[in-house]
Amino acid sequence: MATLPLSSSGAPGASLEDELRQAVGAEQVLTRPEDLFVYEADGLTHHTARPRAVVLPRDKTDVVQIVKRCRAHGVPFVPRGAGTGLSGGAIALDDGVIIECARLDRILRIAPEDRFAVVQPGVINADLSKAVAHHGLFYAPDPSSQQACTLGGNVAENSGGPHTLKYGTTTNHVLALEMVLPDGQLVQLGSPTGSAGGYDLVGAVVGSEGTLGIVTELTVRLSPRPERTETMLGIFPDVVSACRAVGAIIRSGLVPAALEIVDRRTIEAVEASVYAAGLPTDAGAVLIIELDGPAVAVGRQVERCQDHCREAGASEVPVARDEAERQRFWRARKGAFGAMGRLAPDLYVHDAVVPRQKLPEILEKICEIGDRYRLRLSNVFHAGDGNLHPNISFDRRDPDEMERVLAAGEEILRTCVEAGGVITGEHGVGTEKKEYMGLLFSEADLDAMRKLRAAFDPDRMCNPGKMFPATRFCAEANPKARGYDQVPFG
Amino acid sequence: MSASDSSPGPDLATLLPGTLDCVHCGLCLSSCPTYLETGRETSSPRGRVYLMRGLAEGKIPLAGVLAEEAHLCLGCRACETACPSGVPYGALLEQTRAAVERAGLRPTWARRLERLALRGIVPRPRRLAALMTLLAFAQRLRLDRLARPFLPKRLRDAHALLPLVPPASQRRRLPAFTKAEGERRGKVVFFEGCIMPELFGGVNRATLRVLVQQGFDVLVPEAQGCCGALQAHSGDLETAHELARANLGALDPGDVQAIIVNSAGCGAALREMDHWLGDEASRVASRVRDVCEFLDEAGLRGALLPVPGRVAYDDPCHLVHAQGVSAAPRHLLQAIPELELVDHDDPSSCCGAAGTYNLTQPEMSQAVLARKLDSLEPVDPDMIATGNPGCLMQLRAGAEGRGMRAEILHPIELIARALPPSPPS
Repeated sequence: MATLPLSSSGAPGASLEDELRQAVGAEQVLTRPEDLFVYEADGLTHHTARPRAVVLPRDKTDVVQIVKRCRAHGVPFVPRGAGTGLSGGAIALDDGVIIECARLDRILRIAPEDRFAVVQPGVINADLSKAVAHHGLFYAPDPSSQQACTLGGNVAENSGGPHTLKYGTTTNHVLALEMVLPDGQLVQLGSPTGSAGGYDLVGAVVGSEGTLGIVTELTVRLSPRPERTETMLGIFPDVVSACRAVGAIIRSGLVPAALEIVDRRTIEAVEASVYAAGLPTDAGAVLIIELDGPAVAVGRQVERCQDHCREAGASEVPVARDEAERQRFWRARKGAFGAMGRLAPDLYVHDAVVPRQKLPEILEKICEIGDRYRLRLSNVFHAGDGNLHPNISFDRRDPDEMERVLAAGEEILRTCVEAGGVITGEHGVGTEKKEYMGLLFSEADLDAMRKLRAAFDPDRMCNPGKMFPATRFCAEANPKARGYDQVPFG
Repeated sequence: MSASDSSPGPDLATLLPGTLDCVHCGLCLSSCPTYLETGRETSSPRGRVYLMRGLAEGKIPLAGVLAEEAHLCLGCRACETACPSGVPYGALLEQTRAAVERAGLRPTWARRLERLALRGIVPRPRRLAALMTLLAFAQRLRLDRLARPFLPKRLRDAHALLPLVPPASQRRRLPAFTKAEGERRGKVVFFEGCIMPELFGGVNRATLRVLVQQGFDVLVPEAQGCCGALQAHSGDLETAHELARANLGALDPGDVQAIIVNSAGCGAALREMDHWLGDEASRVASRVRDVCEFLDEAGLRGALLPVPGRVAYDDPCHLVHAQGVSAAPRHLLQAIPELELVDHDDPSSCCGAAGTYNLTQPEMSQAVLARKLDSLEPVDPDMIATGNPGCLMQLRAGAEGRGMRAEILHPIELIARALPPSPPS
């Protein structure tokens, strides 16, 4: 652990805002009401909280200074990247300060032979892959928001993406972290070689949703670009038959890079947008299959996947003709959430995981729930790893609809957990799902997590009010307490 | 968001429907030059739309952050190209700026400068021509350089951008009618613009030459005038609408195939005339075509001569983002023998010219220009092609400042260079 020398905090009696201005420069501290208004929400618009101030550090020394000063004033703080998160993780509760990391956007080192890169947390996910492309490398986790979201945010949420099926989530690609602890100490966790000994604190920090400290540098794994990549579309009459094809492909032993299902409502919205890719708007569902690897193997796998799709009821299974068309398919898939703005002013992107074999039955239940609550529900999801994203389009200005959205959301989560699933696959818990943690974890499970958090942040200065339920929950809600023998994975 | 009413004072509630299209996904963030520069959500498209919605819902005032952001925004509309939900950002921005203007929230000097230039000079061909004559005279005697140290800073910045005004012989308007060469393929109207004939007469002559050589009769209606884009961008919708209305009559296409424009900013404004004037303008608006787009659709006929060199094509924002034209100019350039089209990073990001932005927001303009030059410099092209007068001036000044050797020109000039000599008439 290395410690930076720190100056003591400012003059006695000075306000926190004044001290922050002095520490990082007045133009890097936003305090006007309208500035704070804009920072009241991240990608989840119906959870809002205004920060007390927003500070934009330009280097790690700034971060240390900001943390020290907030701490001296007893004011909590929250790191924020691009604010594309979908669980309210980047809003500041308890009148806290937002530490906006967008300007920490430099790629510090690329080591092609050792296949890692050292980056600041504000580097945009897609920019890293672009910067290493000429070495024949890429950064594998590719959340749908990758053209805007930051790698620091990806670490906080342990973000996934379509290619999680083959490549894993963020946690499988972070080798080392430098972070500022809530007491202002700067520490190094892990090692670029990937095996540092001791506790796996990198593993603990990835997915900690900003509750353990603020990451100031990341060392991430780079992957070699596969020799060949083929992407095809299984055109299905309905979502359920597309799910059956997914089951058949996985059972056959194939490991596609991605298996994504897009339903009709989503296709219609995307095809009306700038991301239109020529997906058939009369299909009930499209299954996007991507295969990558050695050229010879991929060719054969394409045919096998096509066969599985046809057997499951696909009318056709066209393969992308060229790289440009392949890219269009992916842009359409990744623009899908945003395109739902064409249906209603707000979108609630749910995130839950169920065992793959349960996909067809769960999807039917989810659609039934949507209909019962009279909601516009669509599905676009990572079918290969059972990661569902039921999306509900709504208008937050309508209190009755808002109530139905929340009730349906809870029912969907319960349904997924009862099927042996978990309440989040890649979006995190944040403020959105903290009260549902009890569906999955016992009080003792949660206490173990609380102890870890307290080891880093005993005073709850770092992103308080997230991830943990505010109240002790009743045992009845907890499947374990109810004697379920099958403990959900997660 | 088509304002059927041409009055320049829309109620702020009309902002609301456009803002409701935004679901806050954030895919626009990385396309926004001011967000990339500042890292502030408030200076991003999503943040600005949130502010506009806040204003429309009565949650925040216009004065303060929103009024500042409305003018810190370049209006490049790259966010529209990134937005899956189709938020009409350009229209929202225009309305917000108009509201800022009506509320008198802009610095006095900026208002005065823009009023004088954009109402008093730019749309008045005789005054503009007189000013250019004066300027040409001053430039030739180097009076402008002598006066430079005594000018206020903003005029000094403006002076740095200004190219050498061509001699009067090259600042003449094009003939009202020029007959097609060879087999006739059709008839088009050509929109000359206001600044173009004064500072970029060569580009206009090249456009005419290419169209005629390619078999099109070209009409240049005398009554045409300034398109109103700069006025609308500055928040003066009243003048913009007046100018658009005048052009509606002057450009009415009759039996022509298209109204050809070679300035991206003007093209975008003319194409969206119906947003200002309603359906009566759609006949004109729907026929507006960028010159490269038109030629690519029509197909170049005949062989082209080689124009050897490495060319970087940089998309003008109001061509790629506002008009959706990006492939056509590249196709045309690729058709020229021995011309090698080279790639640079982010060709579709703003160069910082953005109408009068480089004068009203010089610091941000320079920062945005620096990013553009950072991407062009390592490619070291012989030529940089871009189809908008503001971008041409900005890139010329920027490249010169960095000592880059590239010649900056309009793509149509390269196509004109590749044409065989005209047959004797």
